[in-house]
Amino acid sequence: MTVLKSQSRSSQILRAVLRDRLGMVGLVIVTLVVACALFAPWIVPHDPNAMNIQDRLQGPSLQYLLGTDQLGRDIFSRMLMGAQIALKVALPAVFGAMVIGMLLGMIAGFGPEWLDSLLMLVFDTIRSFPTVMFALAVVALVGPSLNTVILVVMLTSIPTYARVARTQTMSLRSADFVMAARAAGTSSPRILAIHLAPNTVGVLAVLMAMDIPTVVALEAGLSFLGLGVKPPTPSWGALLKDGYALIRQTPWLIVAGGLPIIVTTLGFTFFGEALRDAVDPKVKKGR
Amino acid sequence: MLDVTRSSPPIASIRGLQVAFCTEDGPVLGVKDVSFDIHPGETLCVVGESGSGKSVSSMSLMRLIDYSGGIIQKGELLFDTGAAAPVDLAQADQALMRQIRGNAISMIFQEPMTALNPVFTIGHQLTIGLKLHKGLNSQDARARALELLQQVRIPEPDRRMTQYPHEMSGGMRQRVVIAMALACEPKLLIADEPTTALDVTVQAEILSLINQLKAETGTAVLFITHDMGVVAQIADRVVVMYRGDKIEEGPVEAIFDAPQQAYTRALLAAVPRLGEMQGTTLPEPMKLVGEAQSTSAPITGTDDVLLKVENLKVRFAVKGGLLRRHVANVHAVEDVSFTINKGQTLSLVGESGCGKSTAGRAIMRLLHPQSGQVILDGQDMMALSKRQLRAARRDVQMIFQDPFASLNPQIQLAEQVAEPLRNFGNRRDPAIMDRVATLFDRVGLPRAFMRRYPHELSGGQRQGVAIARALAPAPKLIVADEAVSALDVSVQAQVLNLMMELQADLGVSFLFISHDMAVVERVSHQVGVMYLGRIVELGPRAAVFENPHHPYTRALMQAVPIADPRKRHLIDSLAFRPIPSPIKPVGHTAEPSQYQQVGPDHWLLTNNHYDAADASQTN
Amino acid sequence: MLLGYALRRFGVAAVTLFVAVTLMFVMIRLVPGDPVQILLGPRATPELQARLTAELALDQPLLRQLLIFYGNLLQGNLGVDVFSGRPVTLIVLEQLPHTLRLIFASVLWSVPIGILLGAYAAARPNTLFDRVSAVISVGVVAAPAFVVALLSLLLFSVHLRWFPAIGAGEGFWDQLRHLVLPAFAIGLSWIGYIARIMRASMLEVMGADHIRTLRALGVAERPIVLIYALRVAVLPVVTIIGVGVGFLLSSAVFAEIVFARPGIGKLVIDAITTRNYPIVMGAVLMSTALFVTATTVADLINAMLDPRARAGK
Repeated sequence: MTVLKSQSRSSQILRAVLRDRLGMVGLVIVTLVVACALFAPWIVPHDPNAMNIQDRLQGPSLQYLLGTDQLGRDIFSRMLMGAQIALKVALPAVFGAMVIGMLLGMIAGFGPEWLDSLLMLVFDTIRSFPTVMFALAVVALVGPSLNTVILVVMLTSIPTYARVARTQTMSLRSADFVMAARAAGTSSPRILAIHLAPNTVGVLAVLMAMDIPTVVALEAGLSFLGLGVKPPTPSWGALLKDGYALIRQTPWLIVAGGLPIIVTTLGFTFFGEALRDAVDPKVKKGR
Repeated sequence: MLDVTRSSPPIASIRGLQVAFCTEDGPVLGVKDVSFDIHPGETLCVVGESGSGKSVSSMSLMRLIDYSGGIIQKGELLFDTGAAAPVDLAQADQALMRQIRGNAISMIFQEPMTALNPVFTIGHQLTIGLKLHKGLNSQDARARALELLQQVRIPEPDRRMTQYPHEMSGGMRQRVVIAMALACEPKLLIADEPTTALDVTVQAEILSLINQLKAETGTAVLFITHDMGVVAQIADRVVVMYRGDKIEEGPVEAIFDAPQQAYTRALLAAVPRLGEMQGTTLPEPMKLVGEAQSTSAPITGTDDVLLKVENLKVRFAVKGGLLRRHVANVHAVEDVSFTINKGQTLSLVGESGCGKSTAGRAIMRLLHPQSGQVILDGQDMMALSKRQLRAARRDVQMIFQDPFASLNPQIQLAEQVAEPLRNFGNRRDPAIMDRVATLFDRVGLPRAFMRRYPHELSGGQRQGVAIARALAPAPKLIVADEAVSALDVSVQAQVLNLMMELQADLGVSFLFISHDMAVVERVSHQVGVMYLGRIVELGPRAAVFENPHHPYTRALMQAVPIADPRKRHLIDSLAFRPIPSPIKPVGHTAEPSQYQQVGPDHWLLTNNHYDAADASQTN
Repeated sequence: MLLGYALRRFGVAAVTLFVAVTLMFVMIRLVPGDPVQILLGPRATPELQARLTAELALDQPLLRQLLIFYGNLLQGNLGVDVFSGRPVTLIVLEQLPHTLRLIFASVLWSVPIGILLGAYAAARPNTLFDRVSAVISVGVVAAPAFVVALLSLLLFSVHLRWFPAIGAGEGFWDQLRHLVLPAFAIGLSWIGYIARIMRASMLEVMGADHIRTLRALGVAERPIVLIYALRVAVLPVVTIIGVGVGFLLSSAVFAEIVFARPGIGKLVIDAITTRNYPIVMGAVLMSTALFVTATTVADLINAMLDPRARAGK
């Protein structure tokens, strides 16, 4: 037996993510985006909503790194602020969906069979709405706003989390160590809390990291359609909407709206993949 | 079978083989310096425990090692292709290897359930090699495939050709795999643990089949196994491996009668042999080589009844049809009764699917029995409310088969052992950790392991932790469900001895659930043989083993490969035996089990649902 | 056996649709306010409001309203356009082919490429090709369809002028030319998606025992990969393609807006901006039905390819 320093699972996972080259790149991007979102109000060169009619539709310059839009607002500043909007939607939505989905999934997997069937039926049905169509229906009913977007995202992604949590719970429920815990007199709530939840949360965390790009894209998409956040708010989707209208005047708006979406998505996906490989080494293929 | 024509040149000759595997932590040697020969017409067994490198030499000979990250660093793999000089397969390119594989050398593997492609028919897969190496057209290949299926004694070969693998049982699939391997009449057949995943009666059939086919075709067999019993049954010569090295080589009798090396002696001492308890009535720990023997006295136990199980029935619903209705029941446990005395061990023995594990879980109420009575030390387990049940469980604990799955990977070992103590006592009692430390001492694990996580321990060590956890609440009964089946034989012996020692010291009773007759013989006071959900024979161990009455008990005993080359008893009936289904339609009323007394405390099931003659019919 | 499976699968699909419709009904009712006001918006004429009130049977008890709602749907009645008074079913069916054509075109080019890319990468794990293709497939998954649509519009239409920017075109060749950019935009991220699933599936299969059996038989690597492994590895991808129709439907909405193409997405967005809600609800229900059908068909194809799926479940 080699003498190892005892490692808990979480420190092992962190180490594995850092060893993965793409995971490292992902982590750096994620950190940058989060930093942008946190410090945007202090690092923007201009007030992102300040109009300056004389300077409208300018090309990139030292003063305006990515030029200005049709109202003379600094595109670069709006792009930085966009990170804040994106994460303001994505983080609560994904986190909320994860928590609710995990609870419901564990109830479905651990509770009585009829409840499981009922929950699964509802989840499968929600998943059978094409996401954007479902989002549009909700927006049509309750009107566009930042909260609507969060609501839609939560509704559409809860079933995914629930399903994964349920599968995990069911396979763990009959695992020997859970049987042993039962034999050792552990109560059901405690089994859920100390045996099932910790072994489920890792998989869901991976799903969460992979899901953030989808949410960022959905928020941007709805804002692009004019059905997301309200107009003066500098969302990446809103930049794209303006850019689409002015496609023949200035390409910078589309670049400023599109590029951060792609970079953010890449960062979270790389990070998520490394996390998945670390959490579930079985899935790790090659590399 | 035993005389090997030594004069003839070897068909394959492995010389100074060294193989390394690339891992994340750099290259690791699989075998260091291994040499041996295989002669025409002989069966050479390579035996070793996990990590011994026993499969590496055969995978190298096939050059399949290239596909699993292995690199042949040194050595020659000389193979007699029939040409003037033998070819060194270590230097051969993959094109040449493709002509040899499946043609001159072929291979059977351990896991028949996954060895066949799930989306192609048996017929298609059987003809692949024939078309490739013999250039047969579809029609001729089909005819030859049918012949092969007959040769491996598969009933209704015509129908099998159009079936898919998932429609067949494990034993049947292994026969198909053997047929595929024999298709091109290879000079050398490599069998890598071909019976490890199979039930003992099916194993006996497959071993006999391989032996008989060897005689019919004259092919040499390189047989890789961890099981000394299997070695004794079929080997002509034996190579013993340990941690990548060849420890010893010799004719099978020499290896078993006069092993030269300490490792071989220790290995052989650790193997329980069916029949070696003859003349005794009580279990006693095994005498291991190089172990300080503390207690080797027989374990008497008491005559006071601890557990009384009566008419236990467990059924699982089978759902099917359009609306997933309840269409049938699996009669997993059908009217089972037995008693266990304080300080004694009762074993339930039987093959997979016989209901022995289900019975064990049912008496703990880990799953819900249909009906029946379970009385533990005067307390009716079935009548308990959920809350009372939790409290009652401190008296019954469990040890599981897979030491990897029975510990939570995320929790420190000390906490896992402490769990029952916390549940049944004061959760914050500071004395708990002291008790855990004594438990670690008790099962012979260093206290330093308390702060470790499961993945940092070996399988045997983990099983030790599982035993410590089971001992923690000082239970009266421990249900050991295949508790030593996943362990290497030397570790198995240590764990068995530990369990017997604990029984002698603490007076704990065991319900020992196992498929291994030899292990059961070693540890039991009482034995119940299970078949299709019922106990077919129940009685004192000595009576059941020395004077078996039920035909199934006899079949089971006969199928066990005994680790003694002078007690060869390969069965001659090679016909495929289907096992009847325990699935019955809803509303099926099973007749109650009826027993006839054939000796003191020795009971025989009289309901006739097993018939040795009947069982040999085809399905 | 396959027939039994098919019947069962269609049963599941029917139940799913039924529940979906019920959820829609509940959702409309959960929004506070007068449903007629909500559904018709402020611009509807009083006659229309009266007609909808009657049609939804708003004076009846809730359960009866639900039954009438089902009855209308079963007759294919999704309500009427607030402005023209034409049946919604007709309007949606007019637009549907445009969207289907777009989805079909995207699947047609992206799925084969995705499968080959994934399979090829898996057959040569850890080579440069594998690494590059892994990064590319993650990269293209990362680019949301509407961003790709905008960027390709900017590059290929506005700058290079290779392809027309707007509309669906007239006549076969012109229509095809108009399809190129939107189908490219939608399909691109889909390639990465398929490639990744295919690669994972293929890697699992290549490590399976039955592949080792074939190697031990002396079968060459090429047929092992192209016949035996691919045939097993492609199964999960088939299922995913069914699920993917929903994904593509979502992307199509954006592509139709960006390239100003007719189709169900454009219909819905226009309807939302003009608050023509019967159209929105009708289109959402129709696309849900389409999605459910697609997953059902994919599962059936899967069952035809996989003998285990036919027998089990």
